[in-house]
Amino acid sequence: MGYTLNFAAVWRNFDFLLSGLALSLGLAVISIVIGAVIGLFSAFALTAKNRYGLAAAQVYVTVIRNLPILVLVLFAYFALPQMGVRLDKLESFVLVLSLYSGAYLAEVFRAGLLSIPAGLTEAGLAIGLTGLQIRSSIIAPLMLRNVLPSLSSTIISLFKDTSLAAAIAVPELTFAARKINVESFRVVETWMVTSALYVATCFFIAALMRFVEGRLALPR
Amino acid sequence: MSHTFLEQLWIARYVIMNGLAMTVSISLLAILAGSVLGVFVGLALVYGGTVLRLVVRAYTDVIRGTPVLVLVLASYYVSAAAGVDLGPFSAGVLALAIFCSSHVGEIVRGALQAIPKGQTEAAKAIGLTFTQTFTSVLWPQAMRQCLPSWVNTAAEMVKASTLLSVIGVAELLLRTQEIISRNFMSLQFYFLAGALYFIVNYGIEQFGKYVERKTALPS
Repeated sequence: MGYTLNFAAVWRNFDFLLSGLALSLGLAVISIVIGAVIGLFSAFALTAKNRYGLAAAQVYVTVIRNLPILVLVLFAYFALPQMGVRLDKLESFVLVLSLYSGAYLAEVFRAGLLSIPAGLTEAGLAIGLTGLQIRSSIIAPLMLRNVLPSLSSTIISLFKDTSLAAAIAVPELTFAARKINVESFRVVETWMVTSALYVATCFFIAALMRFVEGRLALPR
Repeated sequence: MSHTFLEQLWIARYVIMNGLAMTVSISLLAILAGSVLGVFVGLALVYGGTVLRLVVRAYTDVIRGTPVLVLVLASYYVSAAAGVDLGPFSAGVLALAIFCSSHVGEIVRGALQAIPKGQTEAAKAIGLTFTQTFTSVLWPQAMRQCLPSWVNTAAEMVKASTLLSVIGVAELLLRTQEIISRNFMSLQFYFLAGALYFIVNYGIEQFGKYVERKTALPS
């Protein structure tokens, strides 16, 4: 096979790829932070006794988790305007990824909440804390520590999902790579560099999360 | 031209059914090929020598660190650039199978490593060979462990099959987009596609739970 790799075209456009990566990371961070808030509330609803809250959270989590994210992305961008909701590309993608990450993080947090002994809630009640105080200062911090390993794999997979924004022409990393492809025809090289950027970023996130895990570990 | 959703749905009925059939075939092929490959990946990760383990570890880590959309696009364009004309369907299924194999590989690895050492030792003590130990002691136990996450992966594959629409495979989502470009009913038809995907995935999830109950050890 006479194919010789030539990365010149890719390096020439490398800052374009990097700005795409920066946008991917930005989208991921915003969506995951919003998603974590949604997920936390949903997880409390999933483990609480309130029947309506439970049902609502169950419907939300089940529906979102069983839908392909690409369908959600296209729906938010192309179908919501028919309902009178007009969002630009970035807004609609952040909306979708936030709702999507919320559903996945809800399950992660729920598992964490179930591992917290009931005695801690009782202890909180005994010293006169309100339900909200117990949740925010006793249960949530302990739960977050417990779920860090599964939290980091969820965050990594959500970061990878930002590539779907390319489908609605958001200029993130995958979109940038496709554009370079079309312009330079250096297909193999572009995808090699793009994959390497994704893999490196995922490794970086994983290492960062392991560092956080180490810092927050309870002394045994 | 008829303007109600039901009329448009009736016109598009075969297109939608074809798309759904395509989605199901893509998913089945990818899950089958990916699971077979994944079992070998898992075995290599647990029982392979140092070199094999390193190579397979690199393979799974790179695949797991790359978005599926990038795998799909790379598989399609790179195979074409390399002179192998796979066509969108084969290239897409290949990408999904590779993606599936890395996940199944990790699942199998986890399951095999979760089996207590004593089991292998006991098998050795009664004189079983490694193959016998594996097929009749370790594998049946690992299978039970794998099942829930394997079902999850199967549902993931159905969802990931939507990405093949990007390279022009006429699965359910691309068919839906075609229908919408004809009648502009994006709300209704995306909703319909979502409902169909939901039914397929929810069905897989429920079936998985059923099999899990059936194969659970009596406690």
